[in-house]
Amino acid sequence: MLKINNLHASVEGKSILKGINLEIKPGEVHALMGPNGSGKSTLASVVAGKEEYEVTDGTIIFEGEDIEELAAEERAHKGVFLSFQYPVEIPGVSVTNFMKTAINETRKAKGLKDMPAKEMLKLIREKSELLEIDRKFLSRSLNEGFSGGEKKRNEIFQMAMLEPKLAILDETDSGLDIDALRIVANGVNKLKSKDNAVIVITHYQRLLDYIVPDFVHVIYNGRIVKSGTAALAHELEEKGYDWIKDEVNA
Amino acid sequence: MDLKEKLVSSFLAFENHVDLDGYVHDVRTDAIKVFEEKGFPSKKEEDWKYTSLNSILKEDYSVFPKQENALEYKDIKKYFIHDIDTYKIIFIDGKYSSHLSQTTHDGIDVCLMSSALNKPKYQLIIENYFNKAATKDSLSSLNTAFSSEGAYIHIPKNKIVRKPIQILHFSTGNESATMLQPRNLVVVEENSHVQILERHQSLTSNPVLTNSVTEIFANKRAIVDYYKIQNDNENASLIDNTFIKQKRESLASVHTFTFGGKLTRNNLSFFQEGERIDSTLKGITIIGNKQHVDHNTLVHHIEPNCESHQDYKGIFADSSTGVFNGKVLVDKEAQKTNAFQANNNILLSDKASINTKPQLEIFADDVKCSHGCTIGQLDESAMFYMRSRGIPEKEAKALLMYAFSNNVIKSVKIPELKQRITNIIANKLGVNIGFDL
Repeated sequence: MLKINNLHASVEGKSILKGINLEIKPGEVHALMGPNGSGKSTLASVVAGKEEYEVTDGTIIFEGEDIEELAAEERAHKGVFLSFQYPVEIPGVSVTNFMKTAINETRKAKGLKDMPAKEMLKLIREKSELLEIDRKFLSRSLNEGFSGGEKKRNEIFQMAMLEPKLAILDETDSGLDIDALRIVANGVNKLKSKDNAVIVITHYQRLLDYIVPDFVHVIYNGRIVKSGTAALAHELEEKGYDWIKDEVNA
Repeated sequence: MDLKEKLVSSFLAFENHVDLDGYVHDVRTDAIKVFEEKGFPSKKEEDWKYTSLNSILKEDYSVFPKQENALEYKDIKKYFIHDIDTYKIIFIDGKYSSHLSQTTHDGIDVCLMSSALNKPKYQLIIENYFNKAATKDSLSSLNTAFSSEGAYIHIPKNKIVRKPIQILHFSTGNESATMLQPRNLVVVEENSHVQILERHQSLTSNPVLTNSVTEIFANKRAIVDYYKIQNDNENASLIDNTFIKQKRESLASVHTFTFGGKLTRNNLSFFQEGERIDSTLKGITIIGNKQHVDHNTLVHHIEPNCESHQDYKGIFADSSTGVFNGKVLVDKEAQKTNAFQANNNILLSDKASINTKPQLEIFADDVKCSHGCTIGQLDESAMFYMRSRGIPEKEAKALLMYAFSNNVIKSVKIPELKQRITNIIANKLGVNIGFDL
């Protein structure tokens, strides 16, 4: 599904990704871990198509196609989704209006007509129930005045609405209390299938207790320095990152 | 002969032609003297520092409509709010079109200034109200000198006018360049309520200059909502002078939606002559190319316990320029005044500019007055967020701009008008998305 080869990227001339290699197949869950500033969020943004990041070398192949030249919206239309670490507040645009526009623009890109209003409402009802979101919440301005937990739950609601092939969850667990974490993880697990894949970026084991990864990778200094199974995450939780830094720097 | 000389020398012929004695004649004669003395405003005047009329004054305007021109409703239907029942007062090249209008004298007067100026039964109201709100600045005086036609609206007390009133001024472009000076008078008596829409529309690319004066009187506990749609083509310029006098416990609002025109200047003044008055001034400006829009507002708080709310949003693309000059004057007697003013702007291009200047002059010591202005660009992080959800760049921009101006649109009380404004904005931004879910 996703194949990243020797990816180098920089922002404002500062090199951040220094040769990432990663392959993700349909049905898989990958966890990306690593200390602050190691390049995890940069990798997520580069895959999603943030223009401020410049790819200086390497390729990003999604579903057999090099997507490096595609705009963020074109990648979204192909099924890439990024759950933001810091979802942006957009005053004046309601959650519902935002989702309606996103879904219909995606359909338009695929040559489909707008989703009928009735169908849209049904979808919204279904997915908001999945994430245990109050209906009143949907008419509020997007992320404006939302608590940290509400913002993250809203991200997964959007993911549920858009049904992406590849979902990248960038620190979706930060700012969540244990109940919200369970709801979010439960939502992600219900949306999982053999045809889609998830990348979970996190600092903590606790999310991975709910969303169990097939592979765990450690990013340090712009490279994947260690990969393993779910057991690696437990080891990191116990021992921290210093032993990995020592291994790399040795 | 320049435009000023032409106008001054035309005055005598005009006065003979309209043949009026008494009050209005005196007012006109005084007004032409003021204009003759002051002339058109120049950039040397503080209020005109950022707006130059030079480029629009050099045209050789025809200052009186020479012939009557007709229009078919089907050709101009799109300029009306046509999906609801309304009163209509329609002018073509400054002349009243009875064919297109729908006026009334049934309990209320929705009719013509020319009849009000000529018929004895309106004399008392004319003498009590005509030119009693307009200030003696040069452009208003020029309009006063030549005032002969426009809308006349008188709502007696205790009337809720269910149908909005539309005032439309069309110019056909049958003259190579036309100057129009419509004069509107709106008198709303105690406890009455009226909604008015006004639009100026040029139908060809010949230059048009409109110097309009509207006087509005909201008497005790009256409610007046006035909406201006300014979406003319880029050869038409508008100087709109609107004066509102309010008596106690009245509510008056003016919404100004400016999307078109070459040069648009809105001089909007509110005078609060009573206690517990509420005044609302809101506007959305979305312009591009070399368009210029200048909002010059004044709210004069004269009595205690009143409120004013100003909220102007501006979006400027290409080489367009904007001005916001908002003055709030609080007299010494006007204690417990609440005055709010906000002017927020987005510049979409390096060549666009806005000059914004809030002015607060407060002589009372127990008031709440706030003002704030912002100038910024579209939020890049919001753009990426929206695009990452599949919303293309153009649509994402449009949605952000719509959201930016949404709280002004929200306060429009006529749903069909709200929808129309929304459609014009979508059209202006070149997108086909429904903003209103």
